[in-house]
Amino acid sequence: MNAALTIAKREIRTYFNSPIAYIVLTVFLLLAGYLFFGSLFIERQAELRSYFNLMPLLLAFIVPAIAMRLIAEEKGSGSLEMLITMPVPDWQVIVGKFLAGMALLAVLVGLTLFYGVTVMAVGPLDKGPAIGGYLGVLLMGGAYMAIGVMASAFTRNQIVAFIIAFAISFALYLFYRLLPFAPESLRPVLSYLSVESHFDAISKGVIDSRDIVYYLSVMTVSLVIATLSLESRKWK
Amino acid sequence: MPELMIQVENLTKVYGSTRAVDDVTFNVRKGEVLGFLGPNGAGKSTTMKVLTCYLAPTGGRAQVAGFDVFDNSLEVRKHLGYLPEDTPLYKDMTVLEYLQFAAAMRGMASDRSEKRIKEIGGRCGLHEVAGKLVGELSRGYRQRVGLAQAMLDDPDILILDEPTSGLDPNQIVEIRQLIKEVGKEKTVILSTHILPEVQATCSRILIISSGKLVADGTPDELRAREKASRYRLVVEANGTTAEAVKARLASIKGVSRCDTVLGEERAHAFSLDAAGDEDLRKILFRAAVDNKWTLLELQREAASLETVFRNLTTGEESKS
Repeated sequence: MNAALTIAKREIRTYFNSPIAYIVLTVFLLLAGYLFFGSLFIERQAELRSYFNLMPLLLAFIVPAIAMRLIAEEKGSGSLEMLITMPVPDWQVIVGKFLAGMALLAVLVGLTLFYGVTVMAVGPLDKGPAIGGYLGVLLMGGAYMAIGVMASAFTRNQIVAFIIAFAISFALYLFYRLLPFAPESLRPVLSYLSVESHFDAISKGVIDSRDIVYYLSVMTVSLVIATLSLESRKWK
Repeated sequence: MPELMIQVENLTKVYGSTRAVDDVTFNVRKGEVLGFLGPNGAGKSTTMKVLTCYLAPTGGRAQVAGFDVFDNSLEVRKHLGYLPEDTPLYKDMTVLEYLQFAAAMRGMASDRSEKRIKEIGGRCGLHEVAGKLVGELSRGYRQRVGLAQAMLDDPDILILDEPTSGLDPNQIVEIRQLIKEVGKEKTVILSTHILPEVQATCSRILIISSGKLVADGTPDELRAREKASRYRLVVEANGTTAEAVKARLASIKGVSRCDTVLGEERAHAFSLDAAGDEDLRKILFRAAVDNKWTLLELQREAASLETVFRNLTTGEESKS
């Protein structure tokens, strides 16, 4: 795991040495803040629900933007050749990149803890949904991030990586919205595949292992595919 | 440690419909500096990518330090230092940070890595740029950083893809000196298409053309293989154009090639290759007399590596 952590450390430094981190941070905080404070002042509700409700869609857009460069950039510049000819298993490269993306996401989400503090200042905060919500954001973000890393491993073009990741993430998000129109028999499947149905449960403060398993499965499958994609250069 | 550091058997690599490397077999012994020579696109880089486990061979086998590149790639990579073509480094790190990153990736203990970075940094002349961003370095310095990271963990085998491309003449001399020094105790494979380079640094040469291995031997052995010799001829042909003289020379029996080279004022200079090992000097002298050219210079040169290279690599292409 040491190599994965070394890679993660390097990537985190790259994020904060370049404008990417700050641009993503600004966009995210502007959007999230607008929606959160809108409901706080207009609806006069001391809760974080409107902020969390927005997350499945907002992260489907923000996370691919964080993840798109992780591997595609190195493919384009050629430095990937240097990286993966070092004595490090390919999966550690993928995990390192994933962890770096998650670190940036954690900073992003961590800054919105401030909303919780604000709510607490004006009224009693229901702790269950708040803790569940933040946990859910990280799990869902992790699923999106793994998809983003996978898409980034497919191509040398960051824009293409972004579009692939966004398309998959958005499809997973849409499943929930499509439920009312879907045939009866498909509904359980769509509901299970949807990121939002699992997130809804967690952000209500109900932490069910099935939801956690869902997110961990999405992460594992995506990262395994990313590793295979990286190894595909060696397929005979 | 096995005496044979690299064993390549019937290595083949196919990209789509092109055979980038075609049935190549060679061995490299410990302490050899092997020059991998060939025109651009001959398959040098591809062979190196297979040896460094970046690509898997389509057919055949390659072993490095006794380990198979496909089945035991992690062990192979532990014994290797690799400098890819064009030195793709992370531009947003300083030289020191980059070397520290490379050391950490190779799992070097921190006290050892610190010592090695200092030592290798000194040998590669990197001390004065240690705090600079890699992206701001000149081509020559970037190349040295690439070389430094390859040598960092004191690997048994160094694989360098065009280590001197883009360097100025002084830097080339320095890097060659460094490679020679390293080659005394380590095994080095370097690729190049610059001929003086292999003569200056390599103890053995492989020539590869269109994916096929066409020659394998020491520089002297390869020169000896080539019996044909080269002639330099300078004549003053009052009024006759260089083209006419060239046509006349090319028609002489035994001349396989005739090129106009840069000559003196009013004189025409030519470089001729002989097909056989017959001495052409008398015939050339007679030709000059018969055509009333004034002979200014006539010199027979021993076959150079360049001739060997040209004959081997262009001959192969016309056959295929």
